[in-house]
Amino acid sequence: MKAVYALYPDGQSAQQAVNRLRAAGLKDPEITIISAQPMEDYEFGQIDKATWMWWFACAGGLVGMATGFYLAWITEFGWEIDVGGLPTFAWWPNLIIMFEMTMLGAILATVITLVVTALLPRKGRRLYDPEVTDGKILIGVEDPREAAAVEQALRAAPRGTIKTV
Amino acid sequence: MSHPTGARINTDLLRPLLLTSWRFYVLAGVFGAIVLLGLVSWFTQMTLGFGISGIRWPVYWGFYVTNFVFWIGISHAGTLISAILRLVNAGWRRPVTRCAEVITVFALMIGAMFPLIHLGRPWLAFWLFPYPSERLIWPNFRSPLVWDFFAINTYLTGSVLFLFLPMIPDFAVVRDKSTGLRRRIYGALALGWRGTPKQWHRLESAMQIMAIAIIPVAVSVHTIVSFDFSMAPVPMWQTTIFGPYFVAGAIFSGIAGLLIAMAVLRKFLHLEDYLHPVHFENLGKLLLVMALLWGYFVFNERLVTYYGNGPAEMTVFRQTQNGPYAPLYWTMVVGNFVLPLILMGIRRFRTITGCVIASIGVIVGMWLERFLIIVPSLGNKYLPYSFGTYAPQPVEIIITIATFAAMALLYVLFAKFIPIISIWELKAGEHPSPELIPPATEEHRLGDLHL
Repeated sequence: MKAVYALYPDGQSAQQAVNRLRAAGLKDPEITIISAQPMEDYEFGQIDKATWMWWFACAGGLVGMATGFYLAWITEFGWEIDVGGLPTFAWWPNLIIMFEMTMLGAILATVITLVVTALLPRKGRRLYDPEVTDGKILIGVEDPREAAAVEQALRAAPRGTIKTV
Repeated sequence: MSHPTGARINTDLLRPLLLTSWRFYVLAGVFGAIVLLGLVSWFTQMTLGFGISGIRWPVYWGFYVTNFVFWIGISHAGTLISAILRLVNAGWRRPVTRCAEVITVFALMIGAMFPLIHLGRPWLAFWLFPYPSERLIWPNFRSPLVWDFFAINTYLTGSVLFLFLPMIPDFAVVRDKSTGLRRRIYGALALGWRGTPKQWHRLESAMQIMAIAIIPVAVSVHTIVSFDFSMAPVPMWQTTIFGPYFVAGAIFSGIAGLLIAMAVLRKFLHLEDYLHPVHFENLGKLLLVMALLWGYFVFNERLVTYYGNGPAEMTVFRQTQNGPYAPLYWTMVVGNFVLPLILMGIRRFRTITGCVIASIGVIVGMWLERFLIIVPSLGNKYLPYSFGTYAPQPVEIIITIATFAAMALLYVLFAKFIPIISIWELKAGEHPSPELIPPATEEHRLGDLHL
């Protein structure tokens, strides 16, 4: 992997670097931004915000509810027993099982969505610098078409430390 | 009081992980020895039989079920409180949430052990499982105990994930700050975390969804634990108030547990710059509200029983008001109501020390409450032939003490290996100068207001 990046001490400088890279013709997906905390106070922190996670959670909840219903149905008819005249499949007690399974489904779907969409390593996306941990904000480009132009754009933003790998 | 930023947050919060004090070994050794004693007692009970405990007809639920209900209640400290504070975006939650979430996971683990201990011969637990067998045991899938299984497992799974997800960025911090084997372990736990905007957004969305999902689950868990009692035709159990009464009690004891844990962490890990008096004051106010709510529920429960004047209910009622259980009952009232009302109601006493004293009172009071719900009712059922008493035996007392030591031990170990305060959330609490903040995120500032 080849990459040109800069480490900035604050969000304002990082925002300027992102703006310069855009002005140099780079699209947002080509720019790597890494920080030790969410940078929602800056425009660059809003990149990639759109997500289907809520819908996947709802779908997971529905699957969970259906599983809960199936479990209750299959077990209560599999081991049919008369308890105080209750019907074999009684809705009131089974709503509890269905509720718990709905929530479990939603929670698991959320976590799976997070892992698949954000945590599994992406091909060719490996740029990282441990200095980020100390509060630096990394702005860079992996495998740049024009490394010199990228470096120039990064230098134009103040207080950055340019690095190349 | 200083407000640490950036690199200093890393240094302060990673210190317990990277440097090991002699205190850690002493604490781990003492708590570990008590836990070992508890395990020996449990094995003794398994070897000699359940007869060495005080559990016998008609009181089949003694210390073990008291502990089960108590620990499930304590578990409400964390995930529920943390989820509510996250959803309302309370700025002061940041140093508190992880301390709280850890309590949930460990308390649930300890609580879930008691049904096994209570079985007497836990290796035969599979007899309870529904599988086709020649014994013709037809399990009742509409039993409240089945609801317990689903509710507790859902809550435990959700709570573990709710605790683990926000730890991922902190694992990455430890990975970057360590070397050798430790770096490899934390690197694996960090799951390839880098800190891209996409990762932050997904993490925060996931935490929001989970916070929304976990609140009703937490409420359901203790409601369902209360159903274990209120579905049974036992005097003073069969009441519709038990659901909310148990939930309120659980949150109450949970907050008390959290306050004690925070005070201990602040003292031993020197987190004075992170856990400020205002955090204790805010939680102290919540404790006060819950004390009032608890008093309201107890008054309701008692008045309805008294006015109904049913002979069986009144027998249990008198046992606790002025009979053999009265000393425990009034100790409970002092611990759960009088003490928090005085200490948390008067601003001058709402200090860290005041919060800890009130919380200890609440913990003792809530344990007694569980005991007083279970034992007097089971010992005084509807027909006099089934009257009886219960006297806890050494094995039960030792196991009970060992569970408190287990909680402390797990907490000490957790604080040794994982930052007990969320590093990235603390950093996220630092905002740039107001002119840089776009209007859309102005709501974040509201969280910094101190009530």
